[in-house]
Amino acid sequence: MSEKIKKYPGEEIATKDLREGRVPLIKWKPKARYAWTAGPAMSRFLKELKDGRIIARKCHKCGRIMVPPRMFCELCFKSTDEWVYVKDTGTINTYSVSYLAADASRLKEPIIVAVIDLDGASKGMGILHWLGEVKQENVKFGMKVKAVWKPLKERTGTITDIKYFKPVEAK
Amino acid sequence: MLRDAAIVGVGCMGFKSITPDLSYKEIMFEAATRAYEDAGVNPRRDIDCFVTCGEDYWEGFSIFDEFVPDQLGAVLKRLFTVSADGLYGIATAYMLIRTGQFDTVAVEAHSKASDMLTYADIVAFALDPIYNRPLGGHPYYIAGLEMNRYLHETGNTKEQCAQVVAKNRKNALANPYAAHGANITTDDVLESEPLFYPLSQLDVSPLADGCAVMVLASDRVAEKLTDTPIWIRGVGWNSDTPRLETRDWGRALYTELAADMAYKMAGIRTPLDEIDFAEIDDIFSYKELQNLEALRLCGRGEAGRLTEEGITERDGDLPINPSGGLLGVGYTLEASGLQKLLEVVLQLRDEAGKRQIPDVETGLAQIWRGIPTTSGAVTILSNAV
Amino acid sequence: MTLFRRNLKETGQELAYEATKMALDSAGLELKDIECVTLGTAPDAFDGIHMKGENLLDGAGAWRKPYSRVYVGGGTGVFTADSGWWHVASGLFDTCLVVAEEKMSSCFPHPQYAFTTIFDPIMDRPLGINLVWIFALEMHRYMHVHGIKKEKIALVSVKNKANALDHPCAQLPARITVEDVLNSEVMVWPVQRLDISPTSDGAAAIVLASEEVAKKVTDNPVWIDGVGWCIDSTYWTNRDLYYPKYVECAARMAYKMAGIKNPRKELDVVEAYDPFDYKELHHIEGLRLCRKGEAPEITAEGITQRDGDLPVNPSGGLLGVGNPIAAAGLMKVCEIFWQLRGEAGKRQVPGDPRTGLAQAWGDLMQYGSVIVMRS
Repeated sequence: MSEKIKKYPGEEIATKDLREGRVPLIKWKPKARYAWTAGPAMSRFLKELKDGRIIARKCHKCGRIMVPPRMFCELCFKSTDEWVYVKDTGTINTYSVSYLAADASRLKEPIIVAVIDLDGASKGMGILHWLGEVKQENVKFGMKVKAVWKPLKERTGTITDIKYFKPVEAK
Repeated sequence: MLRDAAIVGVGCMGFKSITPDLSYKEIMFEAATRAYEDAGVNPRRDIDCFVTCGEDYWEGFSIFDEFVPDQLGAVLKRLFTVSADGLYGIATAYMLIRTGQFDTVAVEAHSKASDMLTYADIVAFALDPIYNRPLGGHPYYIAGLEMNRYLHETGNTKEQCAQVVAKNRKNALANPYAAHGANITTDDVLESEPLFYPLSQLDVSPLADGCAVMVLASDRVAEKLTDTPIWIRGVGWNSDTPRLETRDWGRALYTELAADMAYKMAGIRTPLDEIDFAEIDDIFSYKELQNLEALRLCGRGEAGRLTEEGITERDGDLPINPSGGLLGVGYTLEASGLQKLLEVVLQLRDEAGKRQIPDVETGLAQIWRGIPTTSGAVTILSNAV
Repeated sequence: MTLFRRNLKETGQELAYEATKMALDSAGLELKDIECVTLGTAPDAFDGIHMKGENLLDGAGAWRKPYSRVYVGGGTGVFTADSGWWHVASGLFDTCLVVAEEKMSSCFPHPQYAFTTIFDPIMDRPLGINLVWIFALEMHRYMHVHGIKKEKIALVSVKNKANALDHPCAQLPARITVEDVLNSEVMVWPVQRLDISPTSDGAAAIVLASEEVAKKVTDNPVWIDGVGWCIDSTYWTNRDLYYPKYVECAARMAYKMAGIKNPRKELDVVEAYDPFDYKELHHIEGLRLCRKGEAPEITAEGITQRDGDLPVNPSGGLLGVGNPIAAAGLMKVCEIFWQLRGEAGKRQVPGDPRTGLAQAWGDLMQYGSVIVMRS
């Protein structure tokens, strides 16, 4: 702050006072609900997940095989050209151990999350997912992992049709 | 006349009442591809800056900016979001070009209104949380309040408003981009279900999906790219108070001030002499009348008579909303301004097909940001060499 | 600027008003002298108002003026100053008021929850993603690629929180040690509590003027010599997160405009965006102030201290002063302003700095916005 300025506006209130209603408050829960169209690329992706497969799109100009699939190549700026299946195995690009749930509350059991570069897709084409059946100290960058799928009748066409990725035993 | 920047390419997808087969990504890619093709540019190489116009809560994503670059060809390029209607994006692009640091700027806006399940609640979410929201109700009552006051102050009538609806929806039948063209009579409008007196069901423009993209260029580049640059003669935008309690309910002051700014830039002293046709905001039927007066295209209280006498018909002396307006094409949220500007461009390029108005030189597009705002923008274009 | 605190009593409009009034007073101008207003504010979801730019406008002095809002996630603060630049540089306006406001405390139970809405509903949200995950993944990748240990990264948090002790608006100034950081609660490994900036309420404002008007108003204007911004692809899992290419891209644009060929030598003071401590290092590299992977070294050597060769975040940054998203970025611009005018009091970097840079970052590890200022 400039040394010329003497008074700084802003009246602080403690979070506790806010939560316990000691400050005049108005509450409102927004009713904002949406049904997003998945579009051709992601609709196919979700359908394939239900069938236990991961599908990507290929651009013939730059040759990239992209997942999540998209109907246009963002680098060449043209439509992508063909559907390509990629494997449900990959390598860990980066990972992390979360003690926080989506609403910032603490988790009793931490979850391990990772960006997994999928085999069969172009280099660096990763997706976000959980890791399972592995202890956090044993996770390594570059580790090979494989998807563990829910049984067919439990799959509904969502990214969580894959339960998690687990390490592939070294041969 | 100002020749700093011109529109050299336009493209759109839609406008349709629903788009169940395409996500926002595909509709934007389609509109952008068309616009770039029209302009003859490669976005990966030729476009210096991209401006996207939108609001998070229309999309259902926070920081919607994140989800835009790929489908516009803007990856690792300069893109940003203006949280406003497409005409604000045009004004921004104009300013960018005038700084001399940017030669080609693309502007995008879209609507995926059909993805919203609770539209009225989302509009209500824009109301002031302390003073207005707790009153509840469908927020369109605000339009009812304004319409009532406006008609009271000016002496214009509900019948004249109904004529606006009939005119615009009929105009839309000749527009391949329109979603809601129809043959409706003024009686149909007056007898339609009352919603927020004096507004009735058919006074309200229905929602639509779609996307519009435009490419602007500095004069140096525009002349290389196209034989028919459409010059930006003037831009203006303004905001009155957001508060319901202290606003002027009868006048659209933001339109007046935005228009003043645009006219001044365009060197226009008597708008009626120079504006050949206009695409003006008609989210609600009475808005067309209110804005017509605010734009000084007629005197206060005269807009109703002008409509009655057919002057604002497509074959009249001052065609208003030849595209069908928002009533006929569909209300596309923040893309509404670009939707209107698209019509102005097509008319000035002589590409408006069955809707073509002969011998036009200067056209105007005007938009209001919708309930509960008092913000709006104006853009004046010309094809004059 | 206002105080930055976890919860402030003022409404969003009141915060904007306070900052705006202070800016006008400091320039010796009145609202009628201002020709246009541009506002920056980040997700509507925090304040809980759709189209919140409209709701805030009269607090920002924009009544019956040309007014617009820009929004690029976390990059908004510095970017709003960039937007003020084009209002004036276009020749359309002689004066422009730039305002940034954020009121994150409105979001119950915790603002962090609103962040889930920034993620893709198909690929990311079903996994219960928390905002901190993406930072942790990026931080871990950065550490892995360059072999950086957490001890070196924690030095940034120590430096900035200490710097913030001299900032009168700071929310979390503190004298902490590297051990404090390493012992703090693990949020999402490798991110721990003292690595992160808090959520805050606050506002900031600046007044811009064209050359002609500036010279009449003050003897000591600070010029905007370069602006830059850049966005990367939305597919963040398809990118190698160890290096912010988009920051480099934005910096290049600004350097070119400002005529800067060797930023490390030519910049006297830098405010780099530091919502997390490793981000300062990440951005120092993106701004090409050192080689890739070298930022932890120059930090350890004290080069980025206030009395070092290249002071970074003399204000105390987001880690120390607070993070009301858009206002935080504009706070950095304000800091460079005060530094270049020699008015930063106890935070003043010595040696009469003449050229400064402020940078912000935003979206999904995507956005860089930069401004270069000279006195």
